[in-house]
Amino acid sequence: MDINVFRSLITVAGFLCFLGICAWAYSKHSKAGFDEAARLPLTDDDLPAGSGWHEKEVNKNG
Amino acid sequence: MQSQATYNYKVVRQFSIMTVVWGIVGMLVGVIVAAQLVWPELNVHEFLHFGRLRPLHTNAVIFAFGGCALFATSYYVVQRTCHTKLFAPGLAAFTFWGWQLVIVLAAITLPLGYTTSKEYAELEWPIDILIAVVWVSYAIVFFGTIAKRKVSHIYVANWFFGGFILTVALLHIVNSAAIPVSFTGMKSYSAYAGVQDAMVQWWYGHNAVGFFLTAGFLGMMYYFVPKQAERPIYSYRLSVVHFWALIFTYMWAGPHHLHYTALPDWTQSVGMVFSLILLAPSWGGMINGVMTLSGAWHKLRTDPILKFLITSLSFYGMSTFEGPMMAVKTVNALSHYTDWTVGHVHSGALGWVAMISIGSLYYMIPRLYGKTEMYSVKLINAHFWIATIGVVLYIASLWIAGVMQGLMWRATNPDGTLTYSFVESVKASYPFWTIRFIGGSLFLVGMLLMFYNMVKTIAGQKAYDAPVLAPSVAHA
Repeated sequence: MDINVFRSLITVAGFLCFLGICAWAYSKHSKAGFDEAARLPLTDDDLPAGSGWHEKEVNKNG
Repeated sequence: MQSQATYNYKVVRQFSIMTVVWGIVGMLVGVIVAAQLVWPELNVHEFLHFGRLRPLHTNAVIFAFGGCALFATSYYVVQRTCHTKLFAPGLAAFTFWGWQLVIVLAAITLPLGYTTSKEYAELEWPIDILIAVVWVSYAIVFFGTIAKRKVSHIYVANWFFGGFILTVALLHIVNSAAIPVSFTGMKSYSAYAGVQDAMVQWWYGHNAVGFFLTAGFLGMMYYFVPKQAERPIYSYRLSVVHFWALIFTYMWAGPHHLHYTALPDWTQSVGMVFSLILLAPSWGGMINGVMTLSGAWHKLRTDPILKFLITSLSFYGMSTFEGPMMAVKTVNALSHYTDWTVGHVHSGALGWVAMISIGSLYYMIPRLYGKTEMYSVKLINAHFWIATIGVVLYIASLWIAGVMQGLMWRATNPDGTLTYSFVESVKASYPFWTIRFIGGSLFLVGMLLMFYNMVKTIAGQKAYDAPVLAPSVAHA
């Protein structure tokens, strides 16, 4: 096979792979997992202990 | 409490403080070179000549200021979102000291005139080897931490940081491939020749923008914007798609730096087309960050940290619209080699990269010293306005100067001779270079306020290492 055909095939494969990623990201199947992942940094209280922030937030949300 | 495991905040503190310090140094050198353009008498000595100081400025702001900000935030974010301490803490400490050594060596060798003459890759071969060793150590620490995470999902910010770390390793090692000819003379010759060398250099150069100055800072965005706004990212799906779109597209855009050169015409066109495509994923990221605030816009009125973060995204959107436009060959015929390019770079570097780093640091620094906020929120607000006015003065003056230079260089008389000599375009640029100098100085003043605020925040405080928290049940 000519090396340039191979190069073109890699480019097409890259594009198809990207379309696959889009389909996966926007499928109904992934939604719940993504919604949960989006909350990952927010459920982590990174203020120093005893500053009272976390308790306040829990009360507000709970 | 004492027996509980704590996050490794020490290396984060070290890199955070040095971000501010190197930011001041790098921007001060920038203000000096801007002044040298306005007042050429300031080129007092060969070591302090514009040609020697300009690469020192670019290296200091990109790799010292930007680099330290990326190390600090990535080490903070990867620990917090993986709910585990850094992997290989000794190696993490080595990345700090190794990176500082690289910066000091750059600050010595560049004024002395040691350079490979490759833009943004000027450092000579012994320093390049040190950079490669530090960078591989960084990758081991970062991916080692990901590997021992306590949550199943790898949060999107870590994908961006990870993509940035891997790609920069690849770019640096390939572009720095050289044949050393002298150690004491710090001299090497590139492994590539002619137009291939130029293409490798700008493949590196544009991906330094795409991965060092974009992907890494998007990692910051995906953590610090949701945290400061107290809202989840607008669309997690969009973050996944625009991550992969950036990864697939950026690598091809480099040839737009070589329009109308010896580079084959088709390669230039490929670079142009991919640069245009890049608008979509870039704006995907910008919209995702800005829309995170939807429903909480009122917070922008009172929270200067959020002002920094959201304004940085506005500049990101502006410069990623401007960039693809400038990559169009016909526009490039006007803009290339003019100050428009310099203005464009600073709209990205000051508006986007520096402002998102500054916002992230204002979020992080108090937490690294057991406090909930900076010493003075008013000073953050002052910093925000001074910096914003500085950036606007800087880029507006260079837009005008750049378009004017481009028009003057291409103007011809009816008999085909040039209307203006080059020096006439230099003379016409002076007023705009003066405004640029003022804009840059304002940005530097903002950094000095930040330094004062940081020192007052830290003063009298003990270093604080937060306990490692178990992930909330949903994520375990």
